[in-house]
Amino acid sequence: MVEIFGIPSTALFGQLLIGLINGSFYALLSLGLAVIFGMLNIINFSHGAQYMMGAFAAYLILQYSGLGYWPALIIAPIIVGITGIIIERLFLQWLYKLDHLYGLLLTFGLALIFEGVARNYFGSAGLPYTVPESLRGGQNLGFMFLPNYRAWVIAASLLVCFGTWFVIERTRLGAYLRAATENPTLVRAFGINVPRMITLTYGFGVALAAFAGVMAAPVYNVSPQMGAELIIVVFAVVVIGGMGSILGAIVTGFGLGVIEGLTKVFFPEASNTVIFVIMAIVLLVRPAGLFGRRA
Amino acid sequence: MERVVDPLAKKPSVLRTQSETIGFVIMVAALAIAPFVTYPLFLMQAMCFALFACAFNLLIGYVGLLSFGHALYFGWASYLSAYSAKAWGFPPELAILTGTATAAICGLVAGSLAIRRQGIYFAMITLALAQMMYFFALQAKFTGGEDGIQAVPRGHLFGIFDLKNEMTMYAVVLVIFLAGFLFIYRIIHSPFGEVLKAIRENETRAISLGYKTDHYKLVAFVLSATLAGVAGSTKAIVLQLASLTDVNWPMSGEVVLMTLVGGLGTIFGPVAGAFVILVMQFKLAPIGEWVLVIQGAIFVACVLLFRRGIIGEIANKLRIRL
Repeated sequence: MVEIFGIPSTALFGQLLIGLINGSFYALLSLGLAVIFGMLNIINFSHGAQYMMGAFAAYLILQYSGLGYWPALIIAPIIVGITGIIIERLFLQWLYKLDHLYGLLLTFGLALIFEGVARNYFGSAGLPYTVPESLRGGQNLGFMFLPNYRAWVIAASLLVCFGTWFVIERTRLGAYLRAATENPTLVRAFGINVPRMITLTYGFGVALAAFAGVMAAPVYNVSPQMGAELIIVVFAVVVIGGMGSILGAIVTGFGLGVIEGLTKVFFPEASNTVIFVIMAIVLLVRPAGLFGRRA
Repeated sequence: MERVVDPLAKKPSVLRTQSETIGFVIMVAALAIAPFVTYPLFLMQAMCFALFACAFNLLIGYVGLLSFGHALYFGWASYLSAYSAKAWGFPPELAILTGTATAAICGLVAGSLAIRRQGIYFAMITLALAQMMYFFALQAKFTGGEDGIQAVPRGHLFGIFDLKNEMTMYAVVLVIFLAGFLFIYRIIHSPFGEVLKAIRENETRAISLGYKTDHYKLVAFVLSATLAGVAGSTKAIVLQLASLTDVNWPMSGEVVLMTLVGGLGTIFGPVAGAFVILVMQFKLAPIGEWVLVIQGAIFVACVLLFRRGIIGEIANKLRIRL
């Protein structure tokens, strides 16, 4: 067996792969947070709960309509995205003129509601969701075994992340979005319906979280508390990367996932806390975050 | 603060000028009578949480800093207080001091990191640091992991007062609570407190007036963490238990909820909020997980409809300070 730094290479690459998978979710979720924060000036605390809702939506779609993974990958984000739009219209739109912290508190309350409802109906134990037929099995790469589904998760999240980056940075719609982030009043004066854009942005950000949730369903189990702890890690990711840059969010997400995976190999006791430690170091060295601008 | 006196105005009534004193007398009277009416253990727990919420309110209500990780100071103080009383045989007063010192040190470290960023990032950093310390508590041997530290001896205060007696314990908790409450009141009404309020209203202007706002924010943070530590340490002695619940993120959320329900930036609000939330949890315990949903709904309702909170609304209606 090949060893690298005294660690069997299969274990090393295995953890690296897990790191990339976790990184995919960090990237997708921190991207959604950054997009929402850019337009709404709200930190969406319910992002983790909406990720969980995506997974549950996929589970329920399978249970009640028999539709499998692929339709769920489209339908679940749409459903959860629509609930996001409703939430924005019902609650969030009243908060834009207030201090940031009220948005955080309100979405925290929503997260408690979603998690509580899920626990009541599904219990705290996880529910299994099987890997779709077409992505079972895996490839033997010689130095490691790569399950097809995990390769798909990484590829798909990279695709969605860069797709989002492209839309925001390189298209006309994205230009409107960025302009509205900078100066909503002026953009409105040009005849663009900014409130509707804000609503749709929130719906899109939430749909991204739900998309991540559907992809996570076969990897982890579907459980009510799957989002709560993840969102706190994602907050740390966001603090490290800064929310000013889309690309920064993606790079930080994947990078931290990999570092966390490597920590599991070399120093397993610290794998839960390594991201928080990195956050503390970044705050000491570069208080504005790796990709952040000084406020 | 100077008030402009309108010569035609009636002399303000005693109720108006002395509202805080009157409120305080009512609170003390209620807490003195309460143990003869309802469960002392419940009241002691409620006073610990009330002090915790007051400590939290010192930051959010008077400096405008939302710490979403106050469970760190409460929980770690609770652990150290419980551990020193049980494993090292510390008397309760030393155990509480040990826990409080732990919280102060944690507050100094976490606070100096968190104040490096403003606004919403501050909340996320405090939450992340608290989560990190939760994982340490989960993995460390001395915390007893999932079991926590159980059967903590209450011991004899100063070697004289036997705290196994429920009423003696109650008196001690009442004294600690009132001392903490008055200390916070003193901070808020000191020149230092006025600077904190200036930072809350307009940090840039406070800086331009020559105040080193970071120093003020850090001192306020450490004070708040320390007082949360007093609450956590006392709670460990009262309930004879320190567990992961005290240090996990839902606890941080709970103290935010208590303060929000009672009224951010009011003196009595956190106390009222703590009692309301604890009574609610106690009454609603049979319906299990729905408590979480109801707490979430209260959050939403408070943010959308009652941003002043219970005490804030009353104070606003009567046009008095509470």
